[in-house]
Formats: sequence, structure tokens, C-alpha cells
Amino acid sequence: MFNQLVGYLREADPLIQMSAVAIVFTLIGIVAALTYYRKWGWLWREWITTVDHKKIGIMYLICALLMLFRGGVDALLMRTQLAFPGMNFLDAQHYNEIFTTHGTIMILFVAMPLLFAMMNIVVPLQIGARDVAFPFLNAVSFWLFFFGALLFNLSFVLGGSPDAGWVSYPPLAELSHSPGPGINYYVLSLQISGIGSIATGINFIVTILKMRAPGMTLMRMPLFTWSVLASCIVIIFAFPAFTVALALLGLDRIAGTHFFTMQHGGNPMMYVNLFWIWGHPEVYIAILPVYGIFSEVVSTFSRKTIFGYKSMVISLMLISVIGYFVWVHHFFTMGAGPGVNSFFSVASMAVGIPTGVKVFNWLFTMFRGRIRLTLPMLWTLAFIPCFAIGGATGVMLAAAPGDYQFHNSYVVIAHFHQTLIGGAVFGLLAGMYYWWPKMFGFKLNETLGKWAFWFFNIGFYVCFMPQYALGLMGMTRRVYTYPAETGWGTLNFVSTIGAYLMGIGFLFIVVQVLYSIRYGERDTTGDPWDGRTLEWSLPSPVPHYNFAQIPTVHGRDAWWEMKQQRKEDSLFSTKELKPIHMPNNSALPFFMGLAFFVAGFGLVFNQFMIATVGLIGVVVCMLWRSLEKDTGHWISVDEIKQMEAS
Amino acid sequence: MKKTGISSRLKHVFFSSVLLFLLPGCSDRFVLFDPAGPVAHTEYRFIVLSAILVSLVVIPVLGLLIYIVIRYRDRPGNQAPYQPNWTDSKILEVIWWGIPILIVAILGVFTVRDTYALTRPPTNQKPITIQVVSLDWKWMFLYPDSKIATVNYCEIPTGVPVQFVLTADAPMNSFWVPQLGGQMYTMPGMEMYLWLQADRPGVYDGKGANFTGKGFAHMNFQVVAKPKSEFESWVKKVKASAPALTNEKYNQLVKPSIVNRQSYSSYPTSLYQNIVDKNGGKYWHTNHEHH
Ligand code: HEM
Ligand SMILES: [Cu+2]
Ligand SMILES: [Cu+2]
Repeated sequence: MFNQLVGYLREADPLIQMSAVAIVFTLIGIVAALTYYRKWGWLWREWITTVDHKKIGIMYLICALLMLFRGGVDALLMRTQLAFPGMNFLDAQHYNEIFTTHGTIMILFVAMPLLFAMMNIVVPLQIGARDVAFPFLNAVSFWLFFFGALLFNLSFVLGGSPDAGWVSYPPLAELSHSPGPGINYYVLSLQISGIGSIATGINFIVTILKMRAPGMTLMRMPLFTWSVLASCIVIIFAFPAFTVALALLGLDRIAGTHFFTMQHGGNPMMYVNLFWIWGHPEVYIAILPVYGIFSEVVSTFSRKTIFGYKSMVISLMLISVIGYFVWVHHFFTMGAGPGVNSFFSVASMAVGIPTGVKVFNWLFTMFRGRIRLTLPMLWTLAFIPCFAIGGATGVMLAAAPGDYQFHNSYVVIAHFHQTLIGGAVFGLLAGMYYWWPKMFGFKLNETLGKWAFWFFNIGFYVCFMPQYALGLMGMTRRVYTYPAETGWGTLNFVSTIGAYLMGIGFLFIVVQVLYSIRYGERDTTGDPWDGRTLEWSLPSPVPHYNFAQIPTVHGRDAWWEMKQQRKEDSLFSTKELKPIHMPNNSALPFFMGLAFFVAGFGLVFNQFMIATVGLIGVVVCMLWRSLEKDTGHWISVDEIKQMEAS
Repeated sequence: MKKTGISSRLKHVFFSSVLLFLLPGCSDRFVLFDPAGPVAHTEYRFIVLSAILVSLVVIPVLGLLIYIVIRYRDRPGNQAPYQPNWTDSKILEVIWWGIPILIVAILGVFTVRDTYALTRPPTNQKPITIQVVSLDWKWMFLYPDSKIATVNYCEIPTGVPVQFVLTADAPMNSFWVPQLGGQMYTMPGMEMYLWLQADRPGVYDGKGANFTGKGFAHMNFQVVAKPKSEFESWVKKVKASAPALTNEKYNQLVKPSIVNRQSYSSYPTSLYQNIVDKNGGKYWHTNHEHH
């Protein structure tokens, strides 16, 4: 294996060699800095072993932003290659690896962790809980995600990236056509992080159903919490299908089985179905919590209760259920016959109905309100037109007779970027700006944020609108080059300019964060936006036990009502404080992730010794956890008083 | 008012690009809006219809958004009504559940109608059959009636429905000739059926639409449609002058490569069935009537 890796690096293109060197230097730099500033202990105690939902959320956020950078660079490389016909910037192999890692990273290592970040940071605070239902499991989820992402990214410099697309259909993804380690990386890293995602789904369902503060009935829950519940329900139903698909593909590749090969009775169409039984709901997993974020933001910044709360809840639930019955729209052209295609067409279009209803309810929340154009609100307002068009083209794609033409063309690319960027990314940015003061105790600079906003938004339309036209001109997706006679050159060039504008927008966000760490407006009240839900009743940043006293809820928008009735005092009365029970930190989740990583790495290269060592590590961690006596610890009333006073 | 050259130039570019979106039929580049046969035409009509129906929701949304944001901005002295506790309206809810339901229902009816229609031969003329095999990274066409074969192009008679029978001797691809109609997957070991027809003579670009690795971007081919008599003389010419496709030649052809157009006067009778069988088709025959 070692020789294989060295050989790969020696033959690799200079870009990859340079990245390898850069990675080594960055690592040395980080280690040196941590040693010099004596931060190892801090890192270990405060972050690596933490089980605090807020810190886990922040770690998800940091990883997601780093991965967004990586995925964004991938995107710019691709757009550069496509800027002109017959361009010679990336060769076919390189381009294929990059579009594969771009797609996989953006969905699984950007959208998912951003959403887990928001869920982790906000849900327990919104429902008045001290932590999630299973804090230890929550840390396990994070470290499985972390090591899954690490394994996936290593493929770039160690042995070669996967190159069969983020869908990795067999037989292209089978050994017969992809013999290198690339697809193994794909299978194992997604498998490892997928286990974490399922655990998160379970964790938050239980948290939301069992840990709500007294008085918070289901129909008084904030809409963000509702949306997380809907999303988690989809996670636990959809992800197992992906687990199975990956496991069988992995067995084909590593153990020589024939589930999806053409020979010995295997059937690749089975993979395509399993993949999309997960893959379509996956896009709803990413978008549902975002609907929740928009609901919170629109209501707060219009100074109005959300319009049509019941409709909002019903539509969330409808989307999560119907979203599970539409997967065939990703392959109407696989010959399913008109009956099946008709059913899945109509079901897919039906998802548009509750989505449209939500948009109208947001609009009427703003109607007769007072709209403050803060950063979270700007991103929300930008979301509405973008998503309206993305949803509309979704409905057009969902109708089989149209999709026969659109499928695999740039129309699809434009559609899903419009929903994923215009929906999920805009929403998660809105959420990040909205809850940033809660996480870190200061606001992000508005001016820099507006520059980021305009660059990103204008860039978005310049980049993706031409792609609809390119689709109508017959440009197929996943081509690394095209001849000049096609006439696709001009629009591709425009699209590339848009991509760079978005890149500049992203840089503005980076500058904004760095600038605001030093100079950002401090949040001393804990309620910088005049918020409505319980998280704004807490100081920023939130003490690690969250609520000194669990509040009692009397209606929707609980904090708003308390403010209206001047009940703040009853929230913070120090007289009735009681000691608080909290879970202990643990290093086991980290080691468990590491053990999974070792096992995965071994399997990627068919090194069964290494894999066995890793799997033994996993079992040891589980046994350790089962046998240790860890009953948590108590925080005394004095400590709480001290914390609340500071 | 005097305009600078650049700004009027920009204006021109702007308006002509808007026009390009509105009147795409004018441009032969927008192949999806330039159907050359009944199948593509049905799909084109459907696309236009669906675009109109979804606009019925999108345009009011955009209008309302602009209106609301301007009118209800939090500015000092804004006189617009402020009703923080107005949170429900049965009538409004009925309207915005009702309209999308109605639109989806209408679109649904047309969807079902056209989905079924597209599985039938487009016209009553006597059809011809062409077998298509996607290879790494080229397209092979077999004419079971005349026993000729071509690579990376095929010819068809105009006004005649063509039944393409699709399979692959390589990873799954997708057979797409936008001006003649939508696509269908080619899958190893399996047979798929696609009806297309050209009504006007012409050369139509076709492409492999589903990713198949390194040479995928070069998997283009042409469909040449010509009047029946010319088509028949083309067949005769190929039969008379082209070399034969032998098993050895096929074994060369099937290896990953990018090649130019080729024509063959004949091919081994069992070639097509062997391709399907060796890729696993043999497992389907016995108990599974596929598609
Ligand atoms: C009104 C709701 C929507 C409908 C009816 C819809 C419909 C569709 C259809 C039919 C396709 C397949 C097109 C094809 O490959 O031929 C598709 C692709 C896709 N959609 Fe949507 N969509 C909707 C919303 C969304 C949302 C909210 C997201 C993500 C947040 C999303 C993300 C995607 C992605 C990633 C793909 C491409 C998958 C791939 O082939 O790689 N869609 N959509
Ligand atoms: Cu889908
Ligand atoms: Cu099939």
C-alpha cells in the first residue's frame, strides 16, 4: 500500500503534488502553533472531549465552512475549465475527480454539517432543554462525520479521488471500470459519516419529543424545531437505504460479491433505486430545517407572529412524507413504463404544493409587519425569488414528458443549484448570521456582510441563469469540454464570471468573520434582534448548562410573550435555583471516530490487518462505554449564581 | 438625451438576450425549442405548457415580494398598517392551498396523457428498427432489416417512426437526440425501447447524456434524416462499398477509445444478442420480461 501511495504521488499532476506539500506544511504549522501557545490541553478539554451541544454545533460549523471552501475551489476549477470551448486547463480524469468530490462534499460535508450545526446550537435552547437527549451519542455523531470527511478528503493526495460522480452508479463504479481506491474512499467515508447522521436523526427526534420545557406543547413549538423534527424523521427513514446501497457496493468492490455487477445475476438498477430512495429525501433533509430558519427570521424581523402556523406545520410534515415517494423522478428514462412514471411525476409535482404554501405564508408574515433589512433578513428575502424559480423548474422537471428532454442536461444543474444554494445555503447563511451572536457573543459586521451578500447574489444569477439556456441548447452535464461549433462558449464564459463573483462573495464572508472577531459589536443583552423564542432569553454566549432554571412556557413565541408581560424576573429569579446535573466530557467519541477511520482506511486499500485493528478499536470503545460508570456531575447553586452574575 | 456607445451597446445585448429567452424558436441553437419530429414536438408543447402553468405561481410571488418589502419596510414615518397579531385568515389559506393544487391537477392530467402517448409509435407509418449499442466511448448502430452497421452516426428516413432498441456494452449511458425527442438509458444486459421520428430532413446532433468516464464528453453522434428514397440508396451504397464488421473488428471497437464515423456492410447475425447476453441479459430471459 505504501508503495502504491508513493507511486501515485510521484506520477500525480503538479497541482496534487503541491496540495500534498501544502497540507503537510499546514499540519506542521498547526502543531507548532498549538505547542507554542500551549493550547493542546485547552483543545482537548474544551473541544475534542466535549459533549456540549453548543460546542459540537460550533465544530460542525467550522468544518462545514472549511469544506465549503474546498468545494468552492473545486467549483472554480471546473468553471475555469468550461469557460472556453476546447480548454486545456484540466484533463478529463482530473475534471471527473473534481466534479465528483465537489458534489459529494457540498451535499454531505457542507449542507449536512451546516444543518447539524444549526440543529445542535439552537434546538435545545429553543425548547428549553439543558442538552440533547443523548449528549455522548451526539459527540460520537460529530466525530464520525469528522473522520468520514477526513477520509474522503485524503483521497485527493493518497491514491486518487473517486471519479464516478456523486451518484457513483455501477457498473461504472464497480471494480471492472474503476479499479483504483477512489470509489472505495467514497463508499467508506460516506458510510462512516452516514452512521453519524442516522444517530443524529434519532438523537434529535428524542430530544424534541421528550425534552421540551413544561408548557411547550407540540403546537407551541417554534417552527425551526418543527422543521428539524421533520428533517430528522426523513433522516431515519432515508439514510438506511443509502447505508445498504453503499454496503452492497462496498462488498462488490472489496469482497468480490455481485450485487450490482452485470454478471452472476447482479442488477445495477437496484443501486440506482436505493441511491435515490435516499438521494431525493436527502435534498429535503437539507431544505426542511432551512424552512424553519426562514420562519424564525421572517417573524423576528417583521416584528410579527408567523402567519398560518398550522399550515406551516402541516406543510412541513407533508413534504417529509411525500418527499419519500418521488425518487423515480431521477431516472424516468430508465424504462419504468408510463404508469410508474405518471405516478412519480404527479407525486413529485405535489411536493410543490406545500412548498408554495410556505412561501405565501412567509410573504403574509411580512405583510402588515415592519421589515428590518438585517443580514439574516436579506438572505431570507433573496431566498424567496431564487427558490420560487428553483421550485418551478423542479415542477417542470418532475413531469416525465419534459424531463425526457431536460434530464442529464444543464437545466438540471441550474435547477438544483438554485434550490440548494438559493435554498439551503442562503438559509444556512441566514441562520448563521441570525444565531452568531448567540454562539459567540458578538455580531458580524453588517457592511462587509452586505458586500458579501451582493457579490454572492449577483454572482449566483450570472452563474446559473445561463445554465438553463445551456440546457435548452442541449449541453449535457459532466462534460469536461465541448467543441466551439456547439455555440455554448459565450454563455459558459458568462457563467464562469458569475462563479468567480460568488467566490469573491465568499471571501468577503471570511474577511467579515475575521474583522468582527476583533471589532464586531458585542452582544451584552443576549437578545440583540429583539427575538421571540427562548434562546434569546439567555445570555450570549450561553452558559454550558443553558438555563439556570428551566422556563415554563405559556404560548408560541414564548420569549416574546414573556417580554410583553414583563415576566423576565420570573425567569431569572435566583431564589429557587437548584443544583444542575450535567453529563461528563468523554474522549471515547473521538477515539471511536479514529478507530472507524483506521478501519475505513484499511478497507480502502484492501489491507485487512489495518481494518481489523480499527474494527477492534471500535468494539473496545463500545465495550468501554458499556462497562464504565459515568453518572455525570452536579453544578452547585453557588457556581450557577457566579456564572449568571458574570 | 445623449447615450454613450457602450451603454446602448449594453442595452442591445441585454434586450437581445431577453428576446433570446422569450422567442427561442428564432434561434436554431436552442435545440429543445426547435423540434424536428412529432416526439420532440409533443415534449416541446408540454414544456411550454408547464412553464406557463408554473409562472402562474412564480410571477405573483415575485410581485407580492417586491410590493411587501417596499411597503412594509421599517422606516421612520412609514404609514402602512402594522398588525403584529394578525396571524390567520381562512380565506387566504384556502386560496394558496387551492391554486397550487389546481395547477398541479391540470399539469398532472397533461403529464399522464403525454407520458402514455410517448410510449406509442408517433405515427401509423410502417416503422423501422435500429439497434443501438453504447460503447466506451462511441455509439454503434445496427440495422436488423438491411444488416448494415454504422458507428457514431446513423441515417433514418423522414416521416417514418423509428424504433430504437437500446443496450450497452459499457457502463450505462443515455441516448439523446434533442431535436427528435427525449432520451432513454442504454444499460448493459438490458433492452430499452425509444420511438423517434424526423419530419424534416437534416443532420441532428445526438449525444451520450449519462456519464461514463474519461471519454464521455466525446460521445457525440449524428442522426441524418433524409427522404425515404435517398435513405434507401444510402443503405444500398453502404451494402455495396463498406467493409464487413467481423467479430474481431467488434472486439477492437469495444475497447475504450474515441473513433470517427464508420460504416459496415454487414455484421455477424448473433452480434446484438451476444452483446446483451454476455452482459447479463441471459439472467433476464428466463423469468423477467423487462420493460
Ligand atoms: C418543488 C420541489 C422540487 C421538485 C418538484 C424537484 C424535482 C426534481 C427533479 C424531477 C429532478 C431530477 C431531474 C433530472 O435529473 O432529470 C431534480 C433534481 C435535483 N434536485 Fe430537485 N426538486 C425540487 C426541489 C429541490 C430541492 C428543495 C432541492 C435541494 C435542496 C433539490 C435538489 C435537487 C438535486 C441536488 C438534484 C440533482 C440530482 C442529481 O442528478 O445529481 N430539488 N429535482
Ligand atoms: Cu429528487
Ligand atoms: Cu433496465
